[in-house]
Amino acid sequence: MAFSFFGGVHPEENKWYACEKETQAFPAPDIVVIPMSQHIGAPCKPLVKKGDLVTVGQKIGDNQGLCVPVHASVSGKVKSVEMKAHTSGTTVMSVVIENDHQDTLCPDIQPRTQEQVDALSAQELMEIIREGGIVGMGGATFPTHVKLSGGIGKVDTVIINAGECEPFITADDRLCREEPAKLISGLKLIMKILGLKEGHIAIEDNKPAAAKALRAQLAASDGISVDVLPAKYPQGAEKQLIYAITGREVPSGGLPAAVGCAVFNAATCKAIHDVVYDGMPLIRRIVTVSGDILMEPKNLLVPIGTSFNDLIDACGHSEYPYKVLSGGPMMGAAQYDLSVPTIKGVNAITVLGRRNEYAVDEPQCLRCGKCIDVCPMKLMPVLMYKALQSNDVEEMKANNVMDCIECGCCAYTCPASVPLVLGFRVAKQRIRSEAAKAKI
Amino acid sequence: MAQMKYFYELTISSSPHVHSKVTTQIIMRDVLIALTPALLGAIYFFGFRALMVTLVSIASCVFFEWLWCRITKHHCKVYDLSAVVTGTLLAFVCPVTIPYWAIILGDAFAIILVKMLFGGLGRNVVNPALAGRAFMFSWPVLMSTWVKVGWENAAGLFSAADAVTAATPLANMHQGMMPEESIMDLFWGNVGGCLGETSAALLLIGFVYLLVRKVISPRIPLIYLGTVAVLAFLFPQGNDRISWMLAQLFSGGLMLGAIFMATDYVTSPVTKLGQIIYAVGCGVLTILIRCFGGYNEGVSYAILVMNACVVLLDRIGRPVKFGAPKKEAAKQ
Repeated sequence: MAFSFFGGVHPEENKWYACEKETQAFPAPDIVVIPMSQHIGAPCKPLVKKGDLVTVGQKIGDNQGLCVPVHASVSGKVKSVEMKAHTSGTTVMSVVIENDHQDTLCPDIQPRTQEQVDALSAQELMEIIREGGIVGMGGATFPTHVKLSGGIGKVDTVIINAGECEPFITADDRLCREEPAKLISGLKLIMKILGLKEGHIAIEDNKPAAAKALRAQLAASDGISVDVLPAKYPQGAEKQLIYAITGREVPSGGLPAAVGCAVFNAATCKAIHDVVYDGMPLIRRIVTVSGDILMEPKNLLVPIGTSFNDLIDACGHSEYPYKVLSGGPMMGAAQYDLSVPTIKGVNAITVLGRRNEYAVDEPQCLRCGKCIDVCPMKLMPVLMYKALQSNDVEEMKANNVMDCIECGCCAYTCPASVPLVLGFRVAKQRIRSEAAKAKI
Repeated sequence: MAQMKYFYELTISSSPHVHSKVTTQIIMRDVLIALTPALLGAIYFFGFRALMVTLVSIASCVFFEWLWCRITKHHCKVYDLSAVVTGTLLAFVCPVTIPYWAIILGDAFAIILVKMLFGGLGRNVVNPALAGRAFMFSWPVLMSTWVKVGWENAAGLFSAADAVTAATPLANMHQGMMPEESIMDLFWGNVGGCLGETSAALLLIGFVYLLVRKVISPRIPLIYLGTVAVLAFLFPQGNDRISWMLAQLFSGGLMLGAIFMATDYVTSPVTKLGQIIYAVGCGVLTILIRCFGGYNEGVSYAILVMNACVVLLDRIGRPVKFGAPKKEAAKQ
């Protein structure tokens, strides 16, 4: 076990804002907006229309192919099915539900006993996970059943990512402290599906209480180890985490399964437990609402579809927000419309004040090489950016722009504040469009 | 009104949304702080003219950068302090008797021709201060008139004519002789030479400060000094290998060059392997020029030559990316 990786940075953790705040259930709002696209892959087709009555946990959208269904998070009447703003910055077909506050449970939702669960085959479990609408809840939102079915026979190491290296976010920390048994039960289900005897839970050393809570639930016979890693950003990045735990390098352009690993987010694990044992699909998740200008940062158990507005309102803020991010400050997406709903991949809403502004006019690279020292992918951001500036697609490819994981270490550390990550996103787009042209 | 509440003007930008507190300005400020002991030493050894020369040099560097931005209508960024660093370093590599007009010309050359014409900070190929010094050798006598240390010998603030001149240790060493001064004098800087280069001890204090503040990595300076030390130890002039090695290390501009010039971000390689080759190259060239060249001092030309190789060295030193196919696998 290597327990660390090359490069990385130590941004101010700022976990203290919310890490001691117990998770509170956020009361379902009057209106929820449930986008049909909350995962990577084909968007769902709405199964309900305006005026329909829906119940909590009822499937309201599904599709063929790489897709997981979405469910209603409240009971009530469908107000409309229309294009609505989405955290990705675009608009997405969404089902708007008017909450009747009756919390009528969908009759399909039936808990299973331990015996019933034991009797389920891997195939049946994966079907339940798909029907539960479960995706990677760390932000990537890759359909979990696809990752599982692709991993059977190839994967020998399963890692639960509770690293949570992003500043401010404490959702997984709280989950590990409050529901360690459910998390471990979810991991055992994953191990059962993949046919493994061993599992790892990776956690950073700045969350000792969470590690202790998890260890207290483990018996030696479980074959599960809690691996405490030194806190460093981006510890939770899939490739870096696999390297830290196993010493294996995921090949460039490859998936973790290529080196026999599969990584699941801690919240995903808990969601798997919920759908298998309680029959409850993914309709709520823990969201950390934090930031340097919030009056009272909180960890909230939020029904999917609750708007950012409602959540920020519940915390209050002391000054005019400068940026509102879906996710943490290193990789989160800045939002311009706060009516966007909380979706399955939103682990945090970070509200930053103006003191975080750092844009510089005409940034000039100093060639200090700090970006090379911190790049966890061992790339050379300075040369990648130069290739972009000279608009040389071949040079961009030669400098491995496509291997960039957009973790933001280089841009964070750059003394000249060169917008490196932004540049690499543009460069990737250029390479893709060039490749598309070549095909035609 | 309640619905109006959230129509904020939110800022949209690409991640990351937080930034480390280290900026270009802070790095340059740290370099200036690291140079301060050597400046105080220069005043102590050579009198107030040393301070005056430095201030004139700084002022003209800042002025020329501002002027250039003004003429070309570029956004003027003198507040990043890089021009101040260039001005200080150029003054440090001149004799204290240098006339003010000569250093102003040198500053103009360094800032306008070497730095700004190439696109400003970060784009210049060679170190502006060293290139300015090389340019000022158009007046070789002005650049190699050395004064004796001590205030009683100090050059006047406005006229340098009454200064008492002396030879530098390097001149003796160039002839293959041990310098007249003791090793301790060389270490503390109690010898003739350029304004800021004489005291190895004070420059090393600056080095430690830069290391503590993580402005530079010790790689380039240590390998550079190490190469010079090894070569001097292997090929000594005279009987005492150790004294010869120490004399080579502590005399001339080696300390100033290795700590402050060779580590210049802009003109040194960014890759680890590149930096190692670069530093070894600087060391070898320094010794070659000192022993076999026509001129006593080799540091500035050694660094200028290696500056020109940086693009090539970075190509050689490219790190193997994470997850790259292993060589064995590639062969099969």
